[in-house]
Amino acid sequence: MLKLNDVSVTFKNHGQVVHAVKHVTLHVKRGEIYGIIGSSGAGKSTLIRTVNLLDRPESGQVVVRGTDISRLNGLQLRKARQKIGMIFQHFNLIESRTVHENIALPLRAANISEKEILERVPKLLSVVELTEKEFAYPGQLSGGQKQRVGIARALANSPDILLGDEPTSALDLDTTDSILKLLEGINKRLGVTILLITHEMQVVKKICHRVAVMQAGEIVEENEVYELFSNPQHILTKELVAKSLNLTLPQRVAETVQGDIVRLVFLGDNAERGILSDTQRAHQVQINILHGHIEYINDKPIGILIISLMGDRVQIKNATEHLRNQVAKLEVIRHG
Amino acid sequence: MGDITLGVLLPDLGTAMVETGIMVGTSLLLALVLGLPLGFLLFLTRQHMLLENRALNFIGGLLINFVRSLPFVILLILVIPLSMVVTGRSTGPIAATVPLAIASIAFYARLVETSLCEVNAGVIEASRALGASYWLIIKEVLFPESLAGLIRGFTMTAISLIGYSAMAGVVGGGGIGFLAINYGYYRYETGVMIITVILLILIVQSVQSLGDSVSNNVDRKKK
Repeated sequence: MLKLNDVSVTFKNHGQVVHAVKHVTLHVKRGEIYGIIGSSGAGKSTLIRTVNLLDRPESGQVVVRGTDISRLNGLQLRKARQKIGMIFQHFNLIESRTVHENIALPLRAANISEKEILERVPKLLSVVELTEKEFAYPGQLSGGQKQRVGIARALANSPDILLGDEPTSALDLDTTDSILKLLEGINKRLGVTILLITHEMQVVKKICHRVAVMQAGEIVEENEVYELFSNPQHILTKELVAKSLNLTLPQRVAETVQGDIVRLVFLGDNAERGILSDTQRAHQVQINILHGHIEYINDKPIGILIISLMGDRVQIKNATEHLRNQVAKLEVIRHG
Repeated sequence: MGDITLGVLLPDLGTAMVETGIMVGTSLLLALVLGLPLGFLLFLTRQHMLLENRALNFIGGLLINFVRSLPFVILLILVIPLSMVVTGRSTGPIAATVPLAIASIAFYARLVETSLCEVNAGVIEASRALGASYWLIIKEVLFPESLAGLIRGFTMTAISLIGYSAMAGVVGGGGIGFLAINYGYYRYETGVMIITVILLILIVQSVQSLGDSVSNNVDRKKK
């Protein structure tokens, strides 16, 4: 559906050359929700803007459904953009026009007749569940409602792909959830491929199928979301996952607890609950659970436990090895 | 003295108001027809804008700054030859309309540019992203989004013009300002002076109120 081949973008800012995106290659498959996560300044916004050529790549290709977008100009580019919807962090609606007029704009851009526009706008509004606001002005809507109008506008010309530039970053938690559900529904029901960028791991966790982690203009890690959460490789990914799963041991606990502190990750079906008591009995160590959490990502569980092991040095070592064989991942955080 | 004043003034006052109306009205019309597109051109040729063109933007800006940096009295005299060519005369309200129009076109173009700069860049970007043509963006985004500002700028232009038109008296321009200077100042007719000044205040006030109410009416951001 979408291929970025070795895409680089540079800007000149006050005479200095800024490499916003460096040699990024990625492939978004038809029908998937693909997320790009990174902190601000990582270049993810620039990257997503190359997909509809709001920013022109300095080198590399942006191929949407087999067409190299970066070679297009004028009318051809406008036609291609009509098939690439985009939603924004700050919604970017025309404040002086009604919801109806806002959604009619892409249809007018595609030379749809006024008669057909009158029929299609209410249908689009029903997709985003906002039928009653057709003749309201954006100033009269809440943030979530504005984003719904933004989504309806982006879907107006039945795009193949929908780009989301931090679509929920200006919304509160509940509204974020409802917008994410809407996007997920649109992906499932209408089969629209979605590429979105975000700095929130929650967004990735809730709706993305695959995710790329971006830092300083480069993609440092890419994986299925479940894999990324269960087995992060890059240090930035590890931080993001740890923060998102809220699994840092409070400093005070880490200081007062005696023995080894070990982190266990259980995946999917092998989240056997008997492991700890078995180990305790077999190796005569004392096990205490310090912290635990089970997260469901794409409906599959990831269980994470932080435990302390106390007892004889050799026994602790054996117990640790025993556990290592039983769980998906084991990490000794601290030796006692 | 007061009776004489009014007797002299009333017929002249009517003529003066018509003359001011012609000078200001024609100039405003030209500001709309030429200044508005010029302002759009200035905005659209800016860096990172739809029709980015440094040379065009620079030349346009330079021309406008040239006109605006001249004191109006100087402009008035400077364009007398041009007035001769365009209107066939060098004095009178019709001739004075030429410098007034030039000043108002430059003035309004700058105000138009300023209003357009206040349009949320994100909205312009969203319109580009959905594949709108330049013309559609101008018509459906830039124009409605800046309309309140365009009207406020037009009001300011009208009020400045009323002031400038008084200076047109220098080239025998006529109008209310001319009346105030000739009768009120040169002939020490204080009564005429007071009446014309009150009249000017009333005109400026009502233009301002009208402009404010129209621009507030179209301004969705205030509602």
